[in-house]
Amino acid sequence: MSEPGITSDFGGAQAGGTQTGGAPIGDMVHRVAPDLSGQEAVRLEDVHKSFGALEVLRGIDLSVAAHEVICLIGASGSGKSTLLRCVNLLEPVDRGRIILWGQDVTASGVDENAVRRHIGIVFQSFNLFPHMTVLRNITLGPTRVLKVPRDQAEEAGRALLSRFGLSEKQDDYPDRLSGGQQQRVAIIRALAMQPGIMLLDEVTSALDPELVSEVLGIIRELATAGMTMLIATHEMSFARDIADRVFFLDEGVILEQGPPDQVFTAPVNSRTQQFLRRIVDAGRL
Amino acid sequence: MPARGSREGAYLDPQTPLATGAPPPGSFAGNGRGSHLLGGQRAAAISTVSTVVFIGGVVALFVFAPGAAAVRHTFFNPQQMKQAFLGDPSEGLYSVGKGLILNIEMFLIAEVLILFCALLIAVLRQLHNPVLFPFRMLAVVYTDVFRGVPLIIVIYGIGFGAPALYIRGISTQSDFVYGIAALVLSYSAYVAEVYRAGINSVHQSQVAAARSLGLSQWKSLRFVVLPQAVRTVIPPLLNDFISLQKDTALVSTLGAVIEANRAAQIDSSTLFVYSSYTVAALLFLCLTIPLARFTDRLIARDVSRRLAGGGAIR
Repeated sequence: MSEPGITSDFGGAQAGGTQTGGAPIGDMVHRVAPDLSGQEAVRLEDVHKSFGALEVLRGIDLSVAAHEVICLIGASGSGKSTLLRCVNLLEPVDRGRIILWGQDVTASGVDENAVRRHIGIVFQSFNLFPHMTVLRNITLGPTRVLKVPRDQAEEAGRALLSRFGLSEKQDDYPDRLSGGQQQRVAIIRALAMQPGIMLLDEVTSALDPELVSEVLGIIRELATAGMTMLIATHEMSFARDIADRVFFLDEGVILEQGPPDQVFTAPVNSRTQQFLRRIVDAGRL
Repeated sequence: MPARGSREGAYLDPQTPLATGAPPPGSFAGNGRGSHLLGGQRAAAISTVSTVVFIGGVVALFVFAPGAAAVRHTFFNPQQMKQAFLGDPSEGLYSVGKGLILNIEMFLIAEVLILFCALLIAVLRQLHNPVLFPFRMLAVVYTDVFRGVPLIIVIYGIGFGAPALYIRGISTQSDFVYGIAALVLSYSAYVAEVYRAGINSVHQSQVAAARSLGLSQWKSLRFVVLPQAVRTVIPPLLNDFISLQKDTALVSTLGAVIEANRAAQIDSSTLFVYSSYTVAALLFLCLTIPLARFTDRLIARDVSRRLAGGGAIR
């Protein structure tokens, strides 16, 4: 897995060169991901993570192929968010390995900043930078991390905004935007880094119900464009609709996985059955 | 559960229905002091009377005190106040007004240096790079020491200690420079803590968002955390600068800097009255009150912005 030399892409000096190239970022909207069919994008091997005495992840194994859309479902506290935060190294794992495109990113000597610039993450609470305009939110990463010249980054940012119907908001500050608009900007901010993988952490949970669909719409577009995505979500019908595979997490382990039709209609595990019954009873599926 | 006071049965006892319907008629009657709509004039009248009575009382205390005449003579002698303000070389009087310009100079120079040094210290304490460990320790010790030692002792220490060292370039400076150095050393420790509070007030999720874009710890601090932190701490910073403005007077203890307080001291020992001090006090108020009002306005603006929703700062 970790042959010498292979980790070099995350080793600092030359990292980033593979994705940024010289092409303006605007183009990337139409080729969200290069064709990587057959490659493995993410693999987790026996990942453990505790916060103090609380064991949040208790041995997670999963593999995501390029262009695959994975939905993580499960009750609050089952470890979905922690799993995503571990993948982009916001939380260091206690045990196990995380392998991105064949490179072990939990090995020592890995430049975490170099890893993160290839992974987009979107949070439940948007986390836009309140002191920057929408456009500046989007260009901060490209200009400061990828060293894209400011005018190019802005041009690309404007292209992304217009693509997702937010052109007229580019000079507004985040507090002038609705929750749905803020979350769409947060997605665009992640996309502007041309990530190879997108991690979406319950991105619609903080939204008013009428604003959910505009955000889900973007995610659908990304899926269609071939973006590899790991999505933690409570939107069951959306998960059923968009996922290639669904993983059911319970108390830090994956209890069930498979194509959505199988997991949602014929769950094998009794905990999964229980969980889905409660969802159906609440009228959410 | 036993009944409290005169209440029949327990509060929310299981027999009571949860929905109790409309409150009985007359439940909303006030205490007979009139409605809020008429309160504006009433409140204005009450506050006017209360103010007049209070100020009248204080003035009466000064006017009718047994030593009132003597106090007026020593502290509020208009002729001598004017002399002290303008200065009079023929009588060996220094100008308190001119002295104040020195205070303002010291304040402005110290302020710029403090803003810079304190930020450096606060940032040092925030970075977790292992190479910086000794500097981080130094920053902690520095803030602990200089927040704990009274400013006047720091002024003595620098003003009398630095010349005694006989180091070229350091021991030959003027008291003006030593005074500013002492102010900077002491205030940077306080202001560094103000900055640090501001940095800690920026939510962790902002850092997570910045780091997840691939920004290094330093760049997240520089572009995301610090701009938000500095905006939050502007009012408390201004507060510290109000006290810095008047603490410049302590530099007078070194003797050779004839700033407002020192000028007043010399004048009073020449004229044998304290009116020169009154002049100095009034002049310091002229400096600090505008800054205090400005700070209040910033805070009020901040509050109304928070109430307006969003709470964003920029």
